[in-house]
Amino acid sequence: MLTITDLHASVGDKPILKGLTLDVPAGEIHAIMGPNGAGKSTLANVLGGKPGYEVTGGSVVFRGQDLFALEPHERAAAGLFLGFQYPVEIPGVSNVQFLREALNAQRRSRDEAPLTGGEFLKLAKDKAGLLKMDMDMLKRQVNVGFSGGEKKRAEMVQMGILDPAFAVLDETDSGLDIDALRIVGAGINAIMRSPDKAVLLITHYQRLLDVVRPDKVSILAGGRIVETGGPELALRLEAEGYDSVMA
Amino acid sequence: MSTATLPTRRDEAWRYADMDAVARLGVVALDQWQTINVAAGESVTRCMIVGSDAPELHRFRVSLGEGAKAAFFVTNRGGDYTRVDLEIRLAKGAHFEFGGVTIGGGSATREFVTQVIHAEPDATSNQTVRAVHWGTGTGNFLGEIKVARHAQKTDAAQDFKALLLEAGASANAVPQLEIFADDVKCAHGATVGELDEAARFYMMARGVDPATAQRLLVQAFIGDAFVSLDDEAERETLLDAALSALEGARL
Repeated sequence: MLTITDLHASVGDKPILKGLTLDVPAGEIHAIMGPNGAGKSTLANVLGGKPGYEVTGGSVVFRGQDLFALEPHERAAAGLFLGFQYPVEIPGVSNVQFLREALNAQRRSRDEAPLTGGEFLKLAKDKAGLLKMDMDMLKRQVNVGFSGGEKKRAEMVQMGILDPAFAVLDETDSGLDIDALRIVGAGINAIMRSPDKAVLLITHYQRLLDVVRPDKVSILAGGRIVETGGPELALRLEAEGYDSVMA
Repeated sequence: MSTATLPTRRDEAWRYADMDAVARLGVVALDQWQTINVAAGESVTRCMIVGSDAPELHRFRVSLGEGAKAAFFVTNRGGDYTRVDLEIRLAKGAHFEFGGVTIGGGSATREFVTQVIHAEPDATSNQTVRAVHWGTGTGNFLGEIKVARHAQKTDAAQDFKALLLEAGASANAVPQLEIFADDVKCAHGATVGELDEAARFYMMARGVDPATAQRLLVQAFIGDAFVSLDDEAERETLLDAALSALEGARL
């Protein structure tokens, strides 16, 4: 579903990704772990198309399309979802307004009929319930006044509503307490665990992987994938640290 | 009676005006003031959409009696120099509310010039102006507040924020406070900024196209100016008038 080949990318003049290759087929939840500064967030931002991240080499093919030929909103319409490490606050715009615009923009670009206000609210209520989030929160301004944990849960509600084929989740577990981690993990399973979907799950910790069981685990270090294995690789990292596993 | 002479840029209230356009308007237009007297305890609300392809000048002298209220809400989307002057005089316990939006590109100047005189104690005033410009368009807010010597417990606030969507656009804020009483609250703030790129990317990452993201962000930005307008239909009309100016721009 997503094939990354020899990807090089820079931020400013600084090369961060240095020949990253990774293939994530449909049906797979693929965890990416790695030390700080390895390039994990850069990978997520490059896939999302964030301004300021320059691709200097390599290719990414997403569902048969050249990902870099698409603008960020076109990537979303093609089925890509980027879960933000730091979700952005948008004063003056409500979650409901924002997500309805987003969903209907995606639907229009796929030649699907936009949802009415009533249809949208029903869907939103359903997905908010999945993440145990109160509908009143969705009527509030986007992420404004939300705690760190609420922002991450709101990200997953957004993912549920937009129903992407592929999710890149950048440290979705950071800032979550144990209960919220279980809720978010269960949300990821419910929304994305499917033979025709896939997830790139960027995380520092095993604890999320206890809930969202990955099919594969890769270690990203120095801007490249240095090792790929099964779930046991994450357990070894947790026990022994990066140095011993990568040595 | 005509004042017979045109103002110059040396006059504080005309400092950022388009003087060529003012000359085209002529002295007769300058003398045309609408006078509104709001009787004690009464209230008046005016909603206006101003601006066209020709210069426009809208001048109001409003006198508020004891405990009276006046509210002005204006979308200024002139394609040429468009100015709204408000001279407000507040008696004891009166309230003046102003919400204004200047929006537009091209090379036109749009401005709000207010003079709020707190002549007696206990009066309040609140002014919120938002400016959104592109091209080499300009938005100005010149707000003068005068508090008379015995006008204790005056509470006056002014808030101006500008959003410049392109590098050539500009905004000017000139707050002028003249306070002769000692027990008063006068607050004023002014900021000029660009579109929040992080918010725009966040929206795009969810599938919102760039033009819609911009519209949503501009809508949220200018919404502050009309929050105290209770009539929802009027509020929508003013917002729509502002946003349609943006849509025509195709930035």
